[in-house]
Amino acid sequence: MTAQVITVTSGKGGVGKTTAVANLATAIAMDGKKVVCIDGDIGLRNLDVILGLENRIVYDIVDVIEGRCKLKQAMIRDKHYPDLYLIPAAQTRDKNAVSPSDMIRLCNDLRGEVDFVVIDSPAGIERGFRNAIAAADRVLVVTNPEVSAVRDADRVVGILEAEEKGSPSLILNRLNPILVRNNDMLSAEDVLDLLGIHLIGVVPEDENVIIGSNRGAPVVTDVKSRAGQAFRNIAKRIQGQDVPFMELEQQGGLWGAIQRLTGRK
Amino acid sequence: MEQQTSLVHIKGIRDGLLATFAEAAWQDQSASLLTYINDRPAFFQGARLAMDVGTQVLKVNDLVEIRDRLSERGVSLWAVVSESQVTEQTAQLLGLATRISKPRPEEQRHPIAVAEDMALFVNKTIRSGQRVEYPGHIVVMGDVNAGAEVVAGGHVIVWGRVRGMLHAGAAGDRSMTICALDLSATQIRIADQVSAMLKPQKNPKPEVASINNEGTLQSELWLPG
Repeated sequence: MTAQVITVTSGKGGVGKTTAVANLATAIAMDGKKVVCIDGDIGLRNLDVILGLENRIVYDIVDVIEGRCKLKQAMIRDKHYPDLYLIPAAQTRDKNAVSPSDMIRLCNDLRGEVDFVVIDSPAGIERGFRNAIAAADRVLVVTNPEVSAVRDADRVVGILEAEEKGSPSLILNRLNPILVRNNDMLSAEDVLDLLGIHLIGVVPEDENVIIGSNRGAPVVTDVKSRAGQAFRNIAKRIQGQDVPFMELEQQGGLWGAIQRLTGRK
Repeated sequence: MEQQTSLVHIKGIRDGLLATFAEAAWQDQSASLLTYINDRPAFFQGARLAMDVGTQVLKVNDLVEIRDRLSERGVSLWAVVSESQVTEQTAQLLGLATRISKPRPEEQRHPIAVAEDMALFVNKTIRSGQRVEYPGHIVVMGDVNAGAEVVAGGHVIVWGRVRGMLHAGAAGDRSMTICALDLSATQIRIADQVSAMLKPQKNPKPEVASINNEGTLQSELWLPG
């Protein structure tokens, strides 16, 4: 096996990088592939909580890099999916505990072991971000349909191009089709127009995402959730399958009927 | 080894340390810098380093590599001073400073002589945080996104949409113009005039901005012929 190393980054904080990593890694593992996700946000770790693994952490990424444990010891196996592992970040250290070449070495060690390595980048464009992209074969940029998030994404795309990492793919997260229709939110076309990079998926706004994160059960495990479906589709596209984009507009059923009645739709 | 180490000279400046090099190939210069640091790990731990690479032409790969090698040794590279335009642009792309606070004492930087009709052709979109600066004209084949800056001594022509800052005639020439397919800029400047009154348009048309007879910046639709 030679794993593909995928880094998820955004520039701006709070757009859903960690949620995207948790969901994509889980979805890929649900497809029967072996996946390791690495939390690159040293000092502010979150990925363990979203995956529901916070009380299983014994060793973390800094322990591996500084040689206090073996790589396998820091790989926490997921509760539900035996092919999904997490290498958590250290909470008591900072970004300077890891260097870009440490990350390259770590990922090279993982390449022979798994199918996919998914790295969660911290917000910003400083050391933590440099660490996260150092080993990446492919970069996914997450953004929200907000002007500030898009501008930060643009900055990140510029840096990635300057570093000759190739053009990244875009995940547009938390799109609200109703706001877009009323011209109150940037549409997917607007964002693509600005960034000019390949779109790999659009994730609709969905409260189940927050519920899942708080429970430690990523939303991809919820068969009915639309955001879950969107993440499952992106995971398939990462694995090289051609999946058509979801129709975000059609919201049938009772909710749609209520919205039509109240004039919100 | 002795001979190699003598290629690099380190001195303290206000903003940390400055490395200067004797004439040699970049491979040898960078190797000798790393050797120098390896010999004194405690001194360099946590240091902020600026490099003066003289006329050396460095590509992205070169700078990324030395930055990573330095960061492994606990040294953060924050500035690359160079006489080469290519190296300077590379450093800027990587977010490194290209000037250290004190001007070089031994030789003041001469503005590069540019013939009146020289232009820099940029065949890509200029993204947020990127800055393109050239003493002559600048032609951009792509967009100039919000948060990007294009500064030219001459005219600025953008074959694309503009949402970032454009500055023509930056050296003070008020006869310079700015042309773009869509000039919904956040701000454009010609010489010392600043304009920020432009609004995004539904159906953008090519426009030309210049300083009129009253001395104010104005833009008008570009009409062929």
